[in-house]
Amino acid sequence: MSPRRSDTGGRIDRLRTIRFTFDGASYTGHAGDTLASALLANGVSLFGRSFKYHRPRGVLTAGVEEPNALVTVLRGEVREPNIAATMIEIYDGLTAVSQNRFPSLSWDVGAVNQLGGKVLSAGFYYKTFMGPVFGPLKGTRFWMFCEHFIRRAAGLGRAGTAPDTARYERMNAFCDVLVVGSGPAGLIAAKAATDQGARVILAELEPHFGGSANWSGEVIDDMPAADWAARTAGQLEGHDNVRLLPRTTVWGYYDGNTLAALERVTDHKENPGKGEPRHRYWAIRAKTVVLATGSFERPLVFPGNDRPGVMLAHAAERYANEYGVLPGDRIALFTNNDSAYRAALALKKAGAAIVAIVDVRPELSNEMRKLAGEAEAEILAGHAVVATEGGKALSGLKVQRFDMASGALSGDARSIHADCLLMSGGWSPTIHLASQAGARAEWNEALQAFLPPKPTQKWIGAGAFNGHFKTLEAILDGRNAGLSAVGATGTPMAYPSIESLPGDPRPAPVFEIKAKGKSFVDFQHDVTAEDVRLAHREGFISVEHLKRYTTLGMATDQGKNSNIPGLAIMAEALGKPIPEVGTTRFRPPYSAVSIGSLAAERFDDIKPERLTPMHDWHVANGATMYAAGLWYRPMIYGLSGETIEQAYVREAKATRESAGIVDVSTLGKIAVQGPDAAEFLDRVYTNMFSTLAVGKARYGLMLREDGLAFDDGTTWRLGEQDFLMTTTTANAGKVMQHLEYFLDVIWPELKVHVTSVTDEWAGAAIGGPKARAILAACLTGTAVDNATLPFMGIVRGKIAGVPVMICRLSFSGEMAFEVYCGAGYGTHVWEALVEAGKPFGLVTYGLEALGTMRIEKGHVTGAEIDGRTTARDLHLDWMLSKKKPFIGSAMMDREGLIAPDRLELVGLIALDNRPLNGGAHVVEVLDEANPHDSIGHITACCYSPALGKHIALALIKGGKARHGSRAFVSDPLRNRFGPIEIVSNHFYDSDGSRMHG
Amino acid sequence: MAEYSAFSLLKNALTGNKDWKPAWRKPDPKASYDVIVIGGGGHGLSTAYYLAKEHGITNVAVLERGWLGSGNVGRNTTAVRSNYLLPANTRFYEHSMKLWENLSHDLNYNVMFSQRGCLNLAHTPGQFDDLARRGNAMRHLGVDAELMTTAEIARLVPALDVSGSARFPIVGGLMQRRAGTARHDAVAWGYARGADRRGVDIVENCEVTGFLRDGDRITGVSTTRGEIRAKKVALAVAGSTGRVMQLAGIDHMPIESHVLQAFVSESLKPIIDTILTFGMGHFYISQSDKGGLVYGGDLDGYNSYAQRGSLPIVDEVMSEMLALFPGLARVRMLRSWGGVCDMSMDGSPIITTGPLPGMYLNCGWCYGGFKATPASGWCFAWTIAKDEPHDFNAPFTLDRFYRGLVIDDKGQGATPRMH
Amino acid sequence: MLITCPYCGPRDVLEFTYQGDGNRERPQPASQNLDAWNAYVYDRLNPAGDHNEIWQHSGGCRSHLRVVRNTLTHEISSTTFARGDHKSAARHKAGGKS
Repeated sequence: MSPRRSDTGGRIDRLRTIRFTFDGASYTGHAGDTLASALLANGVSLFGRSFKYHRPRGVLTAGVEEPNALVTVLRGEVREPNIAATMIEIYDGLTAVSQNRFPSLSWDVGAVNQLGGKVLSAGFYYKTFMGPVFGPLKGTRFWMFCEHFIRRAAGLGRAGTAPDTARYERMNAFCDVLVVGSGPAGLIAAKAATDQGARVILAELEPHFGGSANWSGEVIDDMPAADWAARTAGQLEGHDNVRLLPRTTVWGYYDGNTLAALERVTDHKENPGKGEPRHRYWAIRAKTVVLATGSFERPLVFPGNDRPGVMLAHAAERYANEYGVLPGDRIALFTNNDSAYRAALALKKAGAAIVAIVDVRPELSNEMRKLAGEAEAEILAGHAVVATEGGKALSGLKVQRFDMASGALSGDARSIHADCLLMSGGWSPTIHLASQAGARAEWNEALQAFLPPKPTQKWIGAGAFNGHFKTLEAILDGRNAGLSAVGATGTPMAYPSIESLPGDPRPAPVFEIKAKGKSFVDFQHDVTAEDVRLAHREGFISVEHLKRYTTLGMATDQGKNSNIPGLAIMAEALGKPIPEVGTTRFRPPYSAVSIGSLAAERFDDIKPERLTPMHDWHVANGATMYAAGLWYRPMIYGLSGETIEQAYVREAKATRESAGIVDVSTLGKIAVQGPDAAEFLDRVYTNMFSTLAVGKARYGLMLREDGLAFDDGTTWRLGEQDFLMTTTTANAGKVMQHLEYFLDVIWPELKVHVTSVTDEWAGAAIGGPKARAILAACLTGTAVDNATLPFMGIVRGKIAGVPVMICRLSFSGEMAFEVYCGAGYGTHVWEALVEAGKPFGLVTYGLEALGTMRIEKGHVTGAEIDGRTTARDLHLDWMLSKKKPFIGSAMMDREGLIAPDRLELVGLIALDNRPLNGGAHVVEVLDEANPHDSIGHITACCYSPALGKHIALALIKGGKARHGSRAFVSDPLRNRFGPIEIVSNHFYDSDGSRMHG
Repeated sequence: MAEYSAFSLLKNALTGNKDWKPAWRKPDPKASYDVIVIGGGGHGLSTAYYLAKEHGITNVAVLERGWLGSGNVGRNTTAVRSNYLLPANTRFYEHSMKLWENLSHDLNYNVMFSQRGCLNLAHTPGQFDDLARRGNAMRHLGVDAELMTTAEIARLVPALDVSGSARFPIVGGLMQRRAGTARHDAVAWGYARGADRRGVDIVENCEVTGFLRDGDRITGVSTTRGEIRAKKVALAVAGSTGRVMQLAGIDHMPIESHVLQAFVSESLKPIIDTILTFGMGHFYISQSDKGGLVYGGDLDGYNSYAQRGSLPIVDEVMSEMLALFPGLARVRMLRSWGGVCDMSMDGSPIITTGPLPGMYLNCGWCYGGFKATPASGWCFAWTIAKDEPHDFNAPFTLDRFYRGLVIDDKGQGATPRMH
Repeated sequence: MLITCPYCGPRDVLEFTYQGDGNRERPQPASQNLDAWNAYVYDRLNPAGDHNEIWQHSGGCRSHLRVVRNTLTHEISSTTFARGDHKSAARHKAGGKS
């Protein structure tokens, strides 16, 4: 047994020894220990270094609010930085290292910052490092030079870059009552609601249910409080309408009573079970929430209050009662309230000597005097600690007479030898979640604390959260909360019998002892009381300014220790009461949340992957796949040794010479059906569709309401009231929502139904001089001659026994057909077409060849319909019907949309016979060194096998008027400059004779 | 008031820092001013500063409802860049960039502008071309931009997943080296101190409750601290534009107020030394000098004045973060907050005279207002002083929407949540 | 935030797409009143308080809903079908909210 470990007591299992390392040194602890309790038991006092001054720090607390003892946990290559040692349950093989020190925790060169002392006061960054106004270090250079070193000195732990192999899980849960916190109030609330038959979730951030009952040393219903808590939790476990979530932090209170919680499922295990997630993220929709989140003990602010060995009083009580660990042999206490006396007695019972209780209050109750007597502690009433002594561990402290009214110190300083100093500055209810829910806290003068306000969402408070610090109050509160949460009325119950020590919860309004030396308010960020006063002097007096100027409360403990003391010091400086200074609003998360849990189940899966029915065939047949939005599409079907350009040129050329086939299943497809379908399409498209004959298709253009081009595609009239609309791949979802909006909100009188059928149809476009012959070779049930299937005609037939629908339309500019079949038969039909095409030299082609042929034809896609172009810009004004209004028709002729200097679609030909680049700009005057006066840019480019030239589509100011003129491509990003000719966007077969055939 | 310098720091340290004076005075409002600027955020304060500095107009009050800088200047992710597509935006933001580059000297206040670069990632060749178009557009206006290969990106940000197996593999990126980050609060405080030193009254806790009028003309404001008259009343209230314009009887504006969340991780040793944006969603990240990863994503997507976010966006943003940095799963999100953004109908701002006589309007910053702070104030001050816009803000009129002269960098049309 | 779709019941905001200010009135299709069109396309009521807005249950029944929601508290006080004709939905679901 280690020297600091008592032989009995606590909830640890002394029969189970656990081995772990900290900074490379091996230690042992027991099952049930936290890293903090185990290290304390081993006599370790130095846990970490502070952020700014790199001061040595010990452990201050025993819980989630720990600001000092932050470590990095290593699991193989995976690092987890900034974890509070107080929250780590030890397991065999736990490897933890300290942070923010170099070369070691004991000898840290960063501690030199302490010499900077008063220069490094709050806000000093803002006042210096500006550097010279002239010369090579002007501008931002000098600051960035300094910043380089500042960044390396700052920061806490180091994050790893090795991928985290752990799994994270997400759960959506619904319940009648969510109880947050499982102290006596929470336990009883959960029990009351459970007994009423409600669906209850009880979340506790620590490993064990019971909260303060686990260490209060009280007796409830004739049994030790810890046993009472275990029994009550056990009773709950037997019900199937309650879910118990230990190690679960409810960290966010969102709108609609949606709460977010993090369950640490396996962090405490050496070897997680198979399939067990590391963390589980709970999104809980609760009808009512019971907030039984307890309270935090506040530190006192006095010189040297950060020395290792100075600790919160209740934390030491916890270490003694819950872990059987004494944080010191000779313990002194410093308090402004009664609660520290109970801690003194507990530590005395656990075997420590209590050398003194320093109390700022001059008058103490007889009850407290009696407790001090039992602890055999000298009482120094009306005194204050004015200094601490020691290096990396406490060796003693100095006290002086203290006048509470004036804050004045008097008399000679007296030295007290002690290796541990416990402080208590009163208690603050944990109101974070209530504040997140949207309510503003209210100051309670008697308790010197902010209490929760009236709820703005459906929650009920209980216990210390309400400022009811006594266990009896908490239990009564909890029962009422549990019952009213389910709308039940309480039957009278017998008061539980509780044996507890006396104590008045009202602290003296003393937060700081003003004496010489650094007194810390925010431990982690090294914000001192002087820093707060400096902020005041410089006018940073609102709470938010104080916080932002000094960084008070912005450390990983989020101000849980520092908020109230900081506020109190500012209030005193201002001469105002605390509530007039205000409090900051708490926001999620209550405590830090692993990013992995928040992204649970979306690793590598951030967006769905959309695959066409023929996807596997493409991959199996040598296609290089290309991500197009969420879709994967073949880019090329490269032969071995081919470059991308060689492949697409071969594919396009073969298509124009014989035939090619491409997968077009990704096109958006929307069934537009109903008696008013034709009328609806007339309103949606710029051109007429009501005149379209059944069995024919038409190319259509849509505008947005503001008159700019939105989307294009063909729509097929399959029946009098039955249309199949196709959209671009990228806009399929947007067009669908657009149509639904108009039908549902604007024109509900139209009898039209729209259905997205994108995934129902597989599509293949087959084009080229031999395309018709290939179809004829495999298609049954219909002819495909000009008379039966004219341009834009539709026929139905069968391929390889599967019903298909075929429309003769062309994107490539060749005679071409789009063949649609049920998605499930996509590969079957595709293979039949490919097979039928073999004798004709049919090639499969990908997006690159598709793009090449469309550029040659001058068709537009999303690169040109980019949300900034009009129909006129794209020379699609021939599609703007004058016979009817349509969406966008009233807005499309506004002055800015018909201005002469708009970018218009043109074609470009590289005159230097070198490749062009997408995104290159075009200039009239070439200036490679200082490019300027762009007149437009390239939207798409390729090598055109049909023309034997490098060509491009471009949006150019002046557009058509420049046809035949010369300009220059200017691409400074890729250092590509050269002469070009501006031509029509219709490079190839501009009269369409090939596709009309 | 004393200059700030290393010397003044040392001198004050020797006297126990007892002699520092308030960074700005806390005056009571006078009965009248030449100019009232409503809104003590970054833009309002910089407007007042440049009114005094560039135009000699010092009889100015800045009225702030709460504490100075309580709006978006203190709630953003601190990115400063001028990497826009459309010339009107690029010119304006480049003017801002130039002001940023000398701002700490100009204000005698270190705003910690760190030109660590902004890298936009492309995940498909098509996106890479789009970035090239934008980068070339910048270069043709004299703004720095360069393309980066995947290998160069991997060297710059080793923590990034550049493997081809990522769901959205990185195929390259567009870098603006002169882009960077600044300490957001310091910008507000620096401008406040600078304006104050030139005689501007900065009045906090002074909420405007109505406008004083003479017919159509605005002649002042009524406030929680009394009536204040002014020859010119200028609005720079960002997310509160709708509310304040309503007080002037204008209840319809081409503006929607949306909430945008931002996040900070726990402090870490340096791991990301630039600003990085994801191309297959909306996600941006940088690392502050204190070591926190500062990041954000999309708007919550609905009108809100609440400064509180919703949970689905939290999940979305974290997922995007891990898509880029799978190694950061064990890093923890420490803080989150929401800001109210004045989303315009084309994603670009409004800096103009009017719409009422005696009124000047600055709004529509969407979520790009922080980087605009210097140029916004500079141009707004010009517009107020001269009753006409400078060339830089001439395109940013209120009537451009109606005339079809939108400046739509994202091409999304009149859908504010998409900009 | 939960929105109670009159057809599907209470659902997370994640399932819905915001379609903005529900007070806008689209001019008659043939209207040439450019001011009215401009107001419809570009101007928004943007109140701090109750806001009448359109949402689509895009991750559900795809109905458009008229929602009155407070922009300061996000509290929703009413949700109805935007089309103002509840019959079609009520046909499918007895007891549908009218």
